[in-house]
Amino acid sequence: MSILEKVKTLILNEADNIAIALSEIEENNTILVKAGKVEKKLHMKNRIEFGHKFAVTDIQKGEDIKKYGEVIGVATESIQAGEHVHVHNIESKRGSEE
Amino acid sequence: MEKIKFWGYRRSNGQVGVRNHVLILPTITCATQTAQRVTELVQGTVSFIHPHGCGQIGSDFDQTFKTYVGIGSNPNVYGVIVLGLGCETHQARMIAKEIEKTGKPVEVVSIQDQGGTLQAIADTAKVAVKMVQEASAVMREECYFDELIVATECGGSDACSGLSANPAVGRASDVIVEQGGTAILAETTELIGAEHLLANRAANDTVAKRVFEVIGAMEKRSNLMGVDLRTGNPSPGNIEGGITTLEEKSLGAATKSGSSRLEEIVDYAERPTKKGLVWMDTPGHDIEQLTGMVAGGAQVVLFTSGRGTPTGSPIAPVIKISTNTVMYEKMNENMDLDAGTIIEGIETVDEVGNRIISEIKDVACGKLTKAEILKQHDFGIWRIGPTF
Repeated sequence: MSILEKVKTLILNEADNIAIALSEIEENNTILVKAGKVEKKLHMKNRIEFGHKFAVTDIQKGEDIKKYGEVIGVATESIQAGEHVHVHNIESKRGSEE
Repeated sequence: MEKIKFWGYRRSNGQVGVRNHVLILPTITCATQTAQRVTELVQGTVSFIHPHGCGQIGSDFDQTFKTYVGIGSNPNVYGVIVLGLGCETHQARMIAKEIEKTGKPVEVVSIQDQGGTLQAIADTAKVAVKMVQEASAVMREECYFDELIVATECGGSDACSGLSANPAVGRASDVIVEQGGTAILAETTELIGAEHLLANRAANDTVAKRVFEVIGAMEKRSNLMGVDLRTGNPSPGNIEGGITTLEEKSLGAATKSGSSRLEEIVDYAERPTKKGLVWMDTPGHDIEQLTGMVAGGAQVVLFTSGRGTPTGSPIAPVIKISTNTVMYEKMNENMDLDAGTIIEGIETVDEVGNRIISEIKDVACGKLTKAEILKQHDFGIWRIGPTF
């Protein structure tokens, strides 16, 4: 399968385990993501809309999700690299009494 | 560094306005319709509709009172006609007395004293005609950015907010601070999860401690209600735009503050006592934070949006900046600048930041914002107690 050249993605910090789609990505495509000098090939498990996030590494249930190099929440289930990361599989760690 | 100039209205207390409004200030809901009639009759007057001003007690009374006083005292206002019904808790006379301390012309009209709506409209309009003519004779003079308090806020955020418009506003905020002016960061709710980064930039330990206090108090408020804050934040629009959690939204929102030192944290509707970057403790509600910052003396507001918003203020120009080009084109009558060029790779964050500074200068000199042209006179106070 050829690597899609046209998709734009962004990893904001090298510590991040998610990337942002800056153009829509169709599922079942292989894309190239970059964080600093590191390049990585990813097989996309889901369709990702503009502005949405996807995992760049496999993430275990209970693991912190990092964007901007900071914690933005925690995985509520295990997430595979290339999967859409959103309200269905991560949740906030703040704003509740839990 | 070259000092940036603009043409402003110097007031008798030394403060500088970028507008020259005559404000019809209704201190009670019951007077808002009468105030609107006057604005229809007299060119150069502004007013706003709101549900506040009666049955309020304690700290909630105080917060509404100081917001009215702050709005009337803002240097963008030449003079004020404080319009009351007569029997309300927020007495027009008491509010007028506080605004008079700025040295600007202030008059009081009461609907009950005047003998009804029609006489109150006529009497207010007569005073307004005189005040507007006096205001029109005031000349703008050369001023510098160190006289400016620039408010920043974001509303209807999307995943681009933290990548384009917010960091560009952060760059503009840093320039305002370098110029000796004041930039206000607000919306405490939407800084939850980013407080450690701001505390690290605090000018001293007292400010750093206060960062955690205001964040803690905001989180406690929702817990006291027995409600999970996350049920309302991020909002449905934020989620559709790709923002998943409150912390994620906060980290994006915090980039509006640039990289300057955090000088102080002020209460809602309170005027900053320091120049530089200041945090005002407000909720994330767009209109309530806008009203608080304008009551705190902000003459110009920078407002970023991903989903799009019509928001404006009756007395301060609100420069609205889109986070993405698609929305900028779709809601063009509401948006003033496009930061989506950063996402497209056409401009850098610094380039857009400089474009924002140039727009602030133009707007401060008199260029109208889209919200002003569309008469978007929004006003809402952060109520902190129930109505009795």
